[in-house]
Amino acid sequence: MRRTAHSFAWKALPLATLVLWFISSATAEPASGGISNIFAPESTPAKSILDLSLFVLAITGIIFTVVFTLLVYSLTKFRARAANADREPAQVYGSTQIELAWTIIPILIVVVLFLASARVIHAVQDARMPASAVQVTAVGHQYWWEFRYPKLGIVTANELHIPVSDPAQPTPTFLNLFSADTDHSFWIPLLAGKTDLIPNHPNKMWLDPHRTGLFLGQCAQYCGVQHAKMLLRVYVDSPEDFASWVRAQQQPVVQDEKGAAGKRVFETTACMNCHAVAGTSANGRFGPDLTHLMSRATIAAGAAENTHNNLRLWIQDPSAIKPGSLMPAMQLSDADLDSVASYMETLR
Amino acid sequence: MSSNAITIPGAQIEARPWVDELHQWLTTVDHKRLGILYILSALLFLVIGGVEALIIRIQLMHSHNNFVSPQVFNRLFTMHGTTMIFFVAMTMVFGFANYLVPLMIGARDMAFPRLNAFSFWLSFLGGLLLYCSFLGGSGLYGAGNAPDVGWWAYAPLGARAFSPGHSSDYWTLALLVSGFGSIGTAINIIATVLCMRCPGMKLSRMPLLVWLSLVMAGMVLITITPLSAAQIMLLIDRYLGGHFFDTQAGGSAVLWMHFFWIFGHPEVYILVIPAFAFLSEIIPVFSRKPIFGYPAMVAATVSIGLVSTSVWAHHMFTVGMNSYANSFFAITTMAVGVPTGIKIFNWIATMWGGRIQFKVPMLFCIGFLFQFLIAGLTGIMQGAAPFDWQLSLSYFVVAHFHYVIVGGILFAVFGAFYYWYPKMTGRMLSERLGKWHFWLFLIGFHLTFDVMHIPGLLGMPRRIYTYEPGRGWDTLNLLVTIGAFIQAIAILVFVANLIISYFNGAEAGNDPWDAWTLEWSIGSPPPAYNFAIVPTVASRRPLWDQKHPEDPDSRYD
Repeated sequence: MRRTAHSFAWKALPLATLVLWFISSATAEPASGGISNIFAPESTPAKSILDLSLFVLAITGIIFTVVFTLLVYSLTKFRARAANADREPAQVYGSTQIELAWTIIPILIVVVLFLASARVIHAVQDARMPASAVQVTAVGHQYWWEFRYPKLGIVTANELHIPVSDPAQPTPTFLNLFSADTDHSFWIPLLAGKTDLIPNHPNKMWLDPHRTGLFLGQCAQYCGVQHAKMLLRVYVDSPEDFASWVRAQQQPVVQDEKGAAGKRVFETTACMNCHAVAGTSANGRFGPDLTHLMSRATIAAGAAENTHNNLRLWIQDPSAIKPGSLMPAMQLSDADLDSVASYMETLR
Repeated sequence: MSSNAITIPGAQIEARPWVDELHQWLTTVDHKRLGILYILSALLFLVIGGVEALIIRIQLMHSHNNFVSPQVFNRLFTMHGTTMIFFVAMTMVFGFANYLVPLMIGARDMAFPRLNAFSFWLSFLGGLLLYCSFLGGSGLYGAGNAPDVGWWAYAPLGARAFSPGHSSDYWTLALLVSGFGSIGTAINIIATVLCMRCPGMKLSRMPLLVWLSLVMAGMVLITITPLSAAQIMLLIDRYLGGHFFDTQAGGSAVLWMHFFWIFGHPEVYILVIPAFAFLSEIIPVFSRKPIFGYPAMVAATVSIGLVSTSVWAHHMFTVGMNSYANSFFAITTMAVGVPTGIKIFNWIATMWGGRIQFKVPMLFCIGFLFQFLIAGLTGIMQGAAPFDWQLSLSYFVVAHFHYVIVGGILFAVFGAFYYWYPKMTGRMLSERLGKWHFWLFLIGFHLTFDVMHIPGLLGMPRRIYTYEPGRGWDTLNLLVTIGAFIQAIAILVFVANLIISYFNGAEAGNDPWDAWTLEWSIGSPPPAYNFAIVPTVASRRPLWDQKHPEDPDSRYD
C-alpha cells in the first residue's frame, strides 16, 4: 500500500515544473515568433496582470504545498497495516478550535487576494486617457476586424497599427469596441487581457506596448462558424514608422492603368456591395475596406498571406480558405478573376 | 416388478417473460429502479458525449487538421457540453440521490413516487429530443443538424438571424423539458428529506449525503427557474416577435449572459455538492472513523449553496462590467473557497489517525481530493478578475472546469459506483478491473487536463476548430489527444467491469464494507419496500451502534 500513497507524489512534479517554467520565462527575454506567453507581457495592462498573477500563483502555490503535504502524509501514515487490522481506530468527531483555525486563515487569505485584485482592476479599468493617446474604434464582424482611426481619417481591417509607447512619454492606444453582429473578444495576450465586443454594449480597453514588432492574437469569444480563423495582428511601430504608415493610409486611392479592367469588373458585379475603395463608387461596408489592401500582409482576417495566388483563390472560392466565410464565391470567368486580382494588387 | 415407473420431471421454474420485466421497468415508480434508470441513461449519454469529445480531440490533434468541417466541429462541442452537463452529470447525481436518500433515512420510497417517475421520463426524453436535432434540426429546408451555438447559446447567436431553422430550438426545448424534470425531482428530494425520515432520524442525525442532497435540491429550485425563464424568453424572441435578446432590435446580449450564468455557476455546485456527498460517506468508512466536524460540514455546504448564487458574473469579467461589479464578483468568488477549504480539511482530518483501506472506492475519492485541490486553486486564479482577463475564454478555463467536472465530480461518481454497486445489484465490482480502471483513467486524465492548461497560457482560445502552426500549441494538443484516448480505454474497462461483475461478481451480502448507514442494514439489492420494519435510530451511525453496543455513538448524541 506504500506504493499507492507514494504514487501521488509524482503529481506535484508536472505542476511545479510548469509554474517554474513560466516564472522563469517571464523574466527571460521577449517572446519570439508566434508564441504569446501571457507570462512575458510587453504592455502595462498585461504587466499589471502578470504582477497580480505571480502573487496569486505564489499564494496558491503555498496552499497547494501545505494541503498536498498533509494529504500525502495522512495517506502514508494512517494506512491500514496488519498490526492494527483487528480493531477500529479512536473515533474522533471533531474539534472546534482546529476547525475555527482552518476557517479563519482562509478568510484572511481571501481578503488579501481580494485587495490585491481590486487594486489591479481599478488601475487597468479606470485608467485615464492621456491627450497623447491614439484612439481606435474596433468593430467585430463575423469573422474579421474593422479598425477606424476617427481622428486620423483611416479605415482598415484585421491588421492594427499602433505606435510604441515610451513609458517616459506614453502614447497609449485606447480602443472603443463594438460589434456589428455577434459577440467577439479582442485578445492580444502579450499586450492586454481580453475584452469582449458585444452588440449594443460599447466597451473600452487600452494598450501601451513597450517594444515594436508584430503581436498575434485572435477572437476569443465564440462568434460563429469561422470563429477559429478570425485572427488578429497588431503591428507596433516606432513613432516614425507609425507616422509614415498613417500618411500612406491617408493617401487617396492609387489610380493605376493596370487595374482599369479589374476595376470595371469590381464595380459592375456584387463586389462593391460589400467592399469600399475610397474615392471610387465602391462604398459597401459589410466587408473589409480595400482602399490600401496591399499594405496588409494577410487577407481573410489573417487566414492567408496576401499573395496574387491567394487573392485569386479567395475571390474565386472563399470557402477554400475559410469555409463558412460570409463572402460568396463570385463565379467570375478566369479572365475576370485575373483582372480583379490585378486590380486588388494596384490598391497599395 | 420391472421398474417402469414414469419419471416425473422437476417442476419448471418459469422466469418472468422479458416483456413483462421491461414493462415493469418502464412503468416503475420505485425510487430504486428510477435511480438505476437515471444512472443507466447517464451512462448512455456519457458514452455519446465521450465519443463527441474524442472526435473533437482528433480534429485538434495538430494544426490545420481536416478531420471534420468547422460546422460539424461547432455542433460537436455544443452537443458535448450540453450532453455532459444536463444529461450525464445532472442525471447521474439525481440517480444516486434518488436511490440513496430514502434508504439512508429509513423511508420506503420518495415522498411523491409518481412525480419521481414523471421527472425521470421528462429528463430522459429531453435528452432524446436534443439528439433528434441530428435528424430534424434544419426543419423544412434540408437535412437535419445539431445546434451549433455553444452550450451557453450566447445572444445573439441564438437569435433567428444567426440560427435559422430549428436546430437551436431543439436545444431550447430539450433544456426546458429536462429542466421541468429537474425541478420535479428537486421538490421530491426536499419533501422526502423533510417529511419521510424514520423515527429518531433528526435533521442533525441525517447522513451527510442526505444533507447535501437537500442543499443540492434547494439550489436546483433556485437556479433552474431562471434558466427555464430565459429559454421561454428566447422562444418568444424567435417565434413571437419579442426582443429580449435580439440585439438588432435593441435587445440585450448581456441580459442573456446574466440569466444563463445565474443558472450556470450554481449548476457547478449542484453537481459538485453530490460529489462532496459521496466523499463524505466513503472516506469515513474506508478510514474507519466518523466524519470529522459534522456540523461544520453541514454549515459549509449550506454556505456554499448561498454564496454560490452570488458569484455568477465571474464568467463575465471580460464583458465590460465596471470596476465595482468586477471587484464584487471577485470577492464572492474567492469567498466560496473558504467553505470549500473547510470541507477538504475536514476530509483530511477524517483520515487523520484512521486506518485507511485503499479499496477502489477510496482510491477514486483520494484522486478527487488531489484534483479538486488543484481545480479549486486554478479557480481562485480566475477569481482574481485581472488574471481572468487573460485566462477567460482560453484553454486554461477549459482545463480548469474539466478538472472540476472530470477530476472532481466524475472521480467521485466512479467512487460511488464501486461503493454502492454491490447494494444495487447484490454483486461486488471486480477490484482488479477497478484498479485498472482507476490507474488508466488517472494517467489519461492528467495527461489530458494538466497539459491542457498550457496552450491557454500561450493564447489558445477555446471553441476553435483549427489553429495556425507556429504558436507553440501543436505538441501540447497532441498530448491532450493521446490522454483523451487513454481515458476512453479506462471507460471501456469500467463498462466491462459493470457488465462482467453483474453476472460473475462475488456475492455482496448486506454489508460488504462494514459500513454504518441504514442502507447497509437490508438486503442487496433491497426489496421493493426497503425496510420490512421501519427502523428507529439513535445516532448518526445506526449500524455502528448495532455493531459496537459497548461504545455506541448514541451515548454522545
